[in-house]
Amino acid sequence: MLELKNVTKRVGAETHIEDVSLALAHGTLNVLLGPTLSGKTTLMRLMAGLETPTSGSVWFDGADLTGVPVQRRNVAMVYQQFINYPSMTVYENIASPLRVTGADRTTIDREVRKAAELLRLTSYLDRMPLELSGGQQQRTALARAIVRNAKLVLLDEPLANLDYKLREELREELPRIFAQSGAIFVYATTEPSEALLLGGNTATLSQGRVTQFGPTIEVFRRPIDLLTARTFADPPLNTIVLRKNGASFQLDGGVDLPVPAALSGIPDGPYTIGFQPHHLSLEPATADAVPVGAKVVVTEITGSESFVHLSFADARWVMLAPGVHIFEPDERIEVFIDTRHVMVFDQAGRSVSAVARRAA
Amino acid sequence: MAAGKNSTAAADTIAMRRTTAAAAVGEAQAEIGQTMLRRGRQSRFWWLVPTIYILFLMLPIYWLINMSFKTNTEILNTFSLWPENPTLRNYRVIFTDPAWYSGYINSIIYVVMNTVISVAAALPAAYAFSRYRFLGDKHLFFWLLTNRMAPPAVFALPFFQLYSAFGLIDTHIAVALAHCLFNVPLAVWILEGFMSGVPKEIDETAYIDGYSFPRFFVKIFMPLIASGIGVAAFFCFMFSWVELLLARTLTTTAAKPIAATMTRTVSASGLDWGVLAAAGVLTIIPGALVIWFVRNYIAKGFALGRV
Repeated sequence: MLELKNVTKRVGAETHIEDVSLALAHGTLNVLLGPTLSGKTTLMRLMAGLETPTSGSVWFDGADLTGVPVQRRNVAMVYQQFINYPSMTVYENIASPLRVTGADRTTIDREVRKAAELLRLTSYLDRMPLELSGGQQQRTALARAIVRNAKLVLLDEPLANLDYKLREELREELPRIFAQSGAIFVYATTEPSEALLLGGNTATLSQGRVTQFGPTIEVFRRPIDLLTARTFADPPLNTIVLRKNGASFQLDGGVDLPVPAALSGIPDGPYTIGFQPHHLSLEPATADAVPVGAKVVVTEITGSESFVHLSFADARWVMLAPGVHIFEPDERIEVFIDTRHVMVFDQAGRSVSAVARRAA
Repeated sequence: MAAGKNSTAAADTIAMRRTTAAAAVGEAQAEIGQTMLRRGRQSRFWWLVPTIYILFLMLPIYWLINMSFKTNTEILNTFSLWPENPTLRNYRVIFTDPAWYSGYINSIIYVVMNTVISVAAALPAAYAFSRYRFLGDKHLFFWLLTNRMAPPAVFALPFFQLYSAFGLIDTHIAVALAHCLFNVPLAVWILEGFMSGVPKEIDETAYIDGYSFPRFFVKIFMPLIASGIGVAAFFCFMFSWVELLLARTLTTTAAKPIAATMTRTVSASGLDWGVLAAAGVLTIIPGALVIWFVRNYIAKGFALGRV
């Protein structure tokens, strides 16, 4: 179990990590999700021991590791850039962590070939890393990370520099590769979809703070606050401030959203309503979907889907509609909000749905 | 000719378009021919300027080699473009007279010492400048370079006084240390450039893999900057080899460099021109050899690794 206890990291006047506490169990895949500069890399470097926290402590299996140099921790790390030793062959690259531990020749050879087999590098073992494609270089780095059976494996956006197809391929393989090892995996990414594809647990980061940590689906479906919901939405979360008045959320512009039964107990007042782009549709998903008249700003068509950017009152929304739809800019269209999936946040940004659920 | 082949191929495959294709290719060929002709006329004397340039560069060296194979009489009494009575006497004098060949040995000893000391001292310094931020690092780094801006003559007197006090006068190490004054900063600058070209993540990956710092430095880092080390060593070698003033001031007989020997060969019978020329030729050779080995990296070295 890797535990971070109230870890804070400051560099000069800047706070990179603010009071982070996390506990990661063995054999789990943990995703750090957040935009660039949210502190993912710093958090990983703190976990690895490449940096020491300004305050707080890092524990591993009940032992305080704060300040223990990285050489004496059993960790592995893969960077976004493909980092290998350019002067060594792929074989020597993979073997290098084992050579340092002083393993004997036959063990090294066996382990290197096993790792190479797993990452489909067997036919490239005699090449130099720079002679390989980006995907193969990153596979080499991954092989070096798994060969030593590290207890903690840190992957810092390992697929970000790969092209689309390779990324898909490696992302499918990663959970399989790491499932056997029983180590703690930490995977940093900026893409919510990647977190969902990987599963496991997710910690959402925003400006150096962990806003929520839990099973990925849980965090995605039931964010505890607006910040988490925004971090975990791509395209961006649609929001609008409405005023609760009795049994409905209202806006003078003409929205009348019924308050879900579970939330009937909350006091009247202004609330922020959030919903994902695919919960906005051209056809009502259910009988009680709420119609809204919005103005089209621009439409992006990917082929199988259309992203329709809308303006409604002061808000900018994105609707993800299946199929190709062509709208003129400034065209007024009627869209439907799927009320089953709306998230309600109070003025402080806390999810009232979560609060209500906990109370129930 | 290639164009002609293409046109045939085109004619074979697309019979219908044969005539047009052939015509087009013919036109293109004619045009290319004309362009080449024009270029040819314009640059008929393209070789002239480089040749003159190289002649001017090579003339003194040729004359030196020319003289080294002549007798003194021929040098002084006739003007000949090549030795009329080629002789190896001058070289024989140098290789048999200890006063001459010990000069070479002395020079090589202190130059090699200096190169080793400079590179060994510059490696950790350059690593610190390239990897760590510390108070005044940029100023210190620039100050290093300013050491090269003062003429060595400025330092001749304090060095002489200091080395006399420590009994180091007329030793090889004295000259080697004195030359560190300008070679260490230079080596630091060159190596820092090469080191900054290696991503910091490689260091970290090595630490994560379990390498201790010395082991990482020797096994992983040094191979990555091997060409930088070569270039730095080359520049140290060259500057130490050609430096005369400090070397002459700090030595008398036991560690006297070849350049100093050459300037002191006025005997009662006048200058021995032939021997002097042969000594000059032999002085050029080590530099030329070293240049040959690092020729592919010299440009990068002059740019202090920042290419």
